[in-house]
Amino acid sequence: MKSKALAAPYLVWMALFTIIPLAIVAYYAFTDSQTGELTLKNIANLGNYMPILIKSIWLALISTAICLVVGYPVAYFIANCDEGKQRFLYMLVMLPMCISFLLRTLAWVALTEDTGIINHFITSIGLEPLPLIRNNGAVVLGMVYNYLPYMIMPLYTVIMKIDHRLVEAAEDLGCNGVQTFKRVILPLSTPGIISGFTMVFVPAVSTFYISQKLGSSGTTLIGDVIESQFKTAYNPNLGAALSLVLMVMIFICIGITNKFGDDEEVMAP
Amino acid sequence: MKRFNKVFTIVVLIFLYVPMIVLAVGSFNSGMDIAVFKEFTFDNYKELFNDSVLLPLLLNSVIVALLSSFIATVLGTAASLGIHSMGSRMRKFTMGITNIPMTNPEIVTGVSLALLFAFVGTMLKVNNILGFATLLIAHITFNLPYVILSVMPKLQQMDPNLEEAAMDLGCTPVQAFFKVVIHEIFPGIISGALMAFTMSLDDFVISYFVYGPKFVTLPVEIYNYTKKPLQPKIYALFTLLFVTILLVMVLMNLLQARDEKQVRDNRRALRRKQVGA
Amino acid sequence: MSKELIRLVNCQMAFDDEIVLNDINLYFNDKEFLTLLGPSGCGKTTTLRIIGGFIKPTSGDVLFDGERINDVPPHKRKVNTVFQKYALFPHLDVYENVAFGLRIAKLSEEEIDERVTEMLEIVSLKGFENRKVSQLSGGQQQRVAIARALVNRPKVLLLDEPLGALDLRLRKDMQNELKRIQQAMGITFIYVTHDQEEALSMSDTVVVMDKGRIQQIGTPEDIYNEPKNAFVADFIGESNILDGVMLDDCLVKFFGRKFKCVDKGFEKNEPVDVVIRPEDIDIVKADDGHLCGTVTSVTFKGVHYDTIVDFKGFKWLIQTTDYHEVGEYIGIRLEPEDIHIMHKSEYSGMFGDYSSYSAEYDEMDDPDLYPEDEEGEEASEGAEDEE
Repeated sequence: MKSKALAAPYLVWMALFTIIPLAIVAYYAFTDSQTGELTLKNIANLGNYMPILIKSIWLALISTAICLVVGYPVAYFIANCDEGKQRFLYMLVMLPMCISFLLRTLAWVALTEDTGIINHFITSIGLEPLPLIRNNGAVVLGMVYNYLPYMIMPLYTVIMKIDHRLVEAAEDLGCNGVQTFKRVILPLSTPGIISGFTMVFVPAVSTFYISQKLGSSGTTLIGDVIESQFKTAYNPNLGAALSLVLMVMIFICIGITNKFGDDEEVMAP
Repeated sequence: MKRFNKVFTIVVLIFLYVPMIVLAVGSFNSGMDIAVFKEFTFDNYKELFNDSVLLPLLLNSVIVALLSSFIATVLGTAASLGIHSMGSRMRKFTMGITNIPMTNPEIVTGVSLALLFAFVGTMLKVNNILGFATLLIAHITFNLPYVILSVMPKLQQMDPNLEEAAMDLGCTPVQAFFKVVIHEIFPGIISGALMAFTMSLDDFVISYFVYGPKFVTLPVEIYNYTKKPLQPKIYALFTLLFVTILLVMVLMNLLQARDEKQVRDNRRALRRKQVGA
Repeated sequence: MSKELIRLVNCQMAFDDEIVLNDINLYFNDKEFLTLLGPSGCGKTTTLRIIGGFIKPTSGDVLFDGERINDVPPHKRKVNTVFQKYALFPHLDVYENVAFGLRIAKLSEEEIDERVTEMLEIVSLKGFENRKVSQLSGGQQQRVAIARALVNRPKVLLLDEPLGALDLRLRKDMQNELKRIQQAMGITFIYVTHDQEEALSMSDTVVVMDKGRIQQIGTPEDIYNEPKNAFVADFIGESNILDGVMLDDCLVKFFGRKFKCVDKGFEKNEPVDVVIRPEDIDIVKADDGHLCGTVTSVTFKGVHYDTIVDFKGFKWLIQTTDYHEVGEYIGIRLEPEDIHIMHKSEYSGMFGDYSSYSAEYDEMDDPDLYPEDEEGEEASEGAEDEE
């Protein structure tokens, strides 16, 4: 079966349903919605959406950072458990990922709504209800809640694979626990951090459901705008232009992160 | 430090699971307000099973997931074999293409496919092109990379001499594949297929842009439901899904643990024998 | 030799009821090159890891300069390790790998630079400072690992099968290199290997281990010429091992014949194992021989022929430079100093008969034929390798 031809159907498929659609996105982005003529109008229009784009990036970055800080100790702990426990804990972290994020967000809403469980409890002990929903914080928390497993998973995989002899070698050369972590374990986790970053940041920056359910009119994100251009406002050309910007921006982000990773290229000895 | 990590992990798990437990409890609540537990009831489940909309849509989802993951697995496995025999430049190029749907935000993939279908629709002068076919195509497209990315590592791990050995012993290339190679990469194929199936069953964002009113999947309908005030039967649906997935995962876990224990025991027995000899 | 540096007292090690080290008593002198030699699973790596501080013995004491160091963690011990497969840090380049320990010790930048440069010169890796370790060949990685350990000026260097992953040619070169470095630096090397030739050619002292016990301690010459039991005789070089009876001091009987020998101190009529090295045997005409037999197989080995001779159903291996045809009836002569007598041991009767001789026996020293060495010990310890 040593034949490159086996990949041909796949390549044709990808050309038809990945490359060409992206080309069409680019085409739409540069054409007028009414006349179909080439125009820079849509791109020029993007200026109006700059604040939304920046806000989307900002909220996604905060969520990603929180996921990293929260996820690392968890991944580290799981990776250092014995085998049976490791498998069980890993399953517990994976499990939420198998459940539709719509339903998980719904669960989060039920918990944090103005009349939700938490506030019901707070008012029942005589305190003022907290504004847990329909603000920036709620959207960030919703993103963290939804995407945290995507951070833990790659971190765990990388930390688990770190050769135990490297830790021994560091101890042998005089490192105490903290030094071993800082000088060996953390640098060797870089690939996990990078892929965790990608896996959280990309869906977070482009989400539209989380912001709809947990945010307010003030927390409209770039994903919401794109969605509305296709579903309600019906201006696919503007939607395409926004998608194009989002895509280019994410590719630049990933390019930068990967570059950063390449500098301290991590390969198995 | 270890103690801190342990406590921290437990706190994080609570953070992940409390909302779900809340929904599960809510599914047995007779009141409409989830914050107040009125009394225990199965009414929400009854309502769910009598619902003429949700259940057929679950079937729709399963059909799309099965078909798309099957086609993606066949196409993807063949593609992996092809990529495996490519030169390094060609391979890099192909893997680059494979990575596009993986790194692209789902919304962009959805939008791009929607535009493609709209474009084809105008070309063919078909009014409502969106439907089962477009949904299936979209699902196959985003499933393919998962299959390839789980089969490729197995192919790379495989001893390249195995295939040659099979052919040396008289197999045709096709026989060599079905008698030898497929056994080596089978775990990769299975995990790729499973991943594709769950991804497809679960997908909302891409489906949302390419579905037609004639063929709706469950996640898309849930989205429409949750736009309205929350309904307790959704909680019941959630609880059923949660329990099913939990059971499947626990089962898989136990099976895997048993397998590994067996391997370990065998190895230990073998070592005893060697030491004793 | 100079003064004693490390001592293991009654050390025992068990992993889940599996005893891997049994009652080890051993001392290491300053500036000595000592080798722990044995087949895989014999406990040699475990012994090394106890000295390095990576594991604690189940019972018994580890003394360093007379002080008990059982509970001293590895980073506070004055020993450094060259790990099996090197364990170089993949995220650091050659220079930073070597400088690692010095940075931890917070030395000044100038001193670090001076010592790293000097050390890279010693291991002939000058000019490789900024290479990634993954770009180095096995031999180069090996030398980085040695430099990384030695640059800290440890009192003792532990080496865990450091040459195992290298090919034969490179291994020979590195053996000389290691011996040279050890003498130049004037520190103690504790070296673990399953390669008997490596052990004999490099060491001041060889400790032969099997089944978690020390079988023999001695100079390479002692170990080779005066093996204590059938295991040592067979593991170190080739040996014909026969059943005999010690009739008197310097008189042994085997194959129904009395032979003069040089060994004393046995009981009268004590059953013993008799070792005769294949290269010590002279082949003569059948009439002149002490024993007569038929040649059953001859293999050319370069310097000599491996000749298998059948003596009354017991096959001997004889190494001579003269060619004798298969089927030829020949005699052999044994001088008293060619015969070595050992007490009977648990290993008696297990080794030293060449009836199932195969020309491939040399290959048994090939490390690839062993399963991952000491794998069992590491696995039980939780640091399982991915195989």
